Amino acid sequence: MSERPGFLGYRRPDGRIGTRNHVLVVPTVICSSVVAERVAAATQPIGTAVPHLAGCGQLGPDMRVTHDTLAAYCGHPNVGAVVVIALGCEQVVAQSLAEAARRHGKPVEIVAIQSEGGTVRTTAKATAIAQRFADALAAEPREWCDASELVLSLKCGGSDYTSGLASNPTLGRVTDRLVALGGTAVLGEIAEIMGAEHLLASRATRPATATKLIQIITRVETEARALGLDIRGTQPSPGNIRGGLTTIEEKSLGATHKGGEVAPLEDVVAYAAPITQKGLTVMDTPGLDVESVTGMVGGGAQVVVFTTGLGTPTGNPIAPVIKVTGNARTARQMADNIDLDVSGIMDDSETLDAAADRLFAEVLAVASGQQTSAERLGHREFAIHRRNPTI
Amino acid sequence: MKPALVISERDNVATALQALEPGRDLTFARGRVSVLDVVPSGHKIALCAIHTGEAVIKYGSPIGLATAEIPAGAHVHTHNLASTRGRGDLEAPPPPRLAEPDERNGERNGGERNGAGKP
Repeated sequence: MSERPGFLGYRRPDGRIGTRNHVLVVPTVICSSVVAERVAAATQPIGTAVPHLAGCGQLGPDMRVTHDTLAAYCGHPNVGAVVVIALGCEQVVAQSLAEAARRHGKPVEIVAIQSEGGTVRTTAKATAIAQRFADALAAEPREWCDASELVLSLKCGGSDYTSGLASNPTLGRVTDRLVALGGTAVLGEIAEIMGAEHLLASRATRPATATKLIQIITRVETEARALGLDIRGTQPSPGNIRGGLTTIEEKSLGATHKGGEVAPLEDVVAYAAPITQKGLTVMDTPGLDVESVTGMVGGGAQVVVFTTGLGTPTGNPIAPVIKVTGNARTARQMADNIDLDVSGIMDDSETLDAAADRLFAEVLAVASGQQTSAERLGHREFAIHRRNPTI
Repeated sequence: MKPALVISERDNVATALQALEPGRDLTFARGRVSVLDVVPSGHKIALCAIHTGEAVIKYGSPIGLATAEIPAGAHVHTHNLASTRGRGDLEAPPPPRLAEPDERNGERNGGERNGAGKP
């Protein structure tokens, strides 16, 4: 094989590469979420569900975001087959989600609670289908894939002063390496770019991309102003301030290290929208961890690297989430949630480059199937971003 | 472990990597600073005098404006440093920044909002 770094992944009919091979059990609406969870529980770990709180009573763009996020998961490369659990009278159309799976060459079936005749029959029928899909997926082989096929989601949460000094710069070096190899990385959390947008904008390959980034940052500040609110109430968080972070600018400058120092900014996309450009993309997501990860995975990320100072358990239903900390105490106290300890950077016992070597190797191992702490512990958090009230 | 870390040579604050006590002398590439206040681990210490309304610089970029006179060696936190961003409580939003790796902070944030909305 070539000298280039790579991993063992699942090559899909649409040309994309999966790092996992899940049967996705997707409820169209909150009303079918419990059935979906039961079907996934009966077929785990291959079966996995995306229970959610929406799918009806939503208007305009809010409805579209719910539908498009669910459709994005149905077409995601980490998904090998799809079972749609419908109710029968909801807004999100089961056929449309099934079509998203078919478009990407995935087997899919729909089971509807109203036409099937209740919870028990629907659960039984859908579980049999999901088990049949799971048996077929378990026999599919992984094959060698170039590292450039990776779309890496960059996330931080529960930040403290070690985040900006150790874990985020380590991840930034991995981002620069991956992008230099022809790969892709996506950065979200617009409020946590505020104060560091000039650094990202100066790396934009087209003026329109820089302008788009500035516009969405300005929108967040304008929204705060329209409400007469000061985002200092939440940014930085009380825990961030106790840890020594004083302002959102300081937090953002530390957080934006995840995006590397040289990787060109190629695109700015909407929540859960497809990431189509190699290089660095910024996605318009809120700062709330689970909504942010849900959106970036929806955009096509097959692996998430999540840096943390204080520690946090968040996972995802279809993508492995790798936890990295630069805080030695967190690495000890929350050992079951942490995959990689880079606290040696803080006491000079490890260089950033050496830590980045370890993290890059971890990303490729996890992409090849190595389980993360979040996967072992069953952390599969999923939350679709909402902007409007339910009608 | 170093007692405190300066991230960029443009910075006017360092990050304490351990709790610092008043009277301790720290040596950095650019000179010595005598610690004035108790500075908890992870918090910031001023490397030089920073005047009210001036930018506090960390990671080579401004992280807000000094809301009080900050002598060299002082603890820098919410009592003497405030953000200029996302401030719906202020009269006008700050102008959006353009793609400019080098800051023009001094001229743009020249003082009209000094002290407003102190934490």
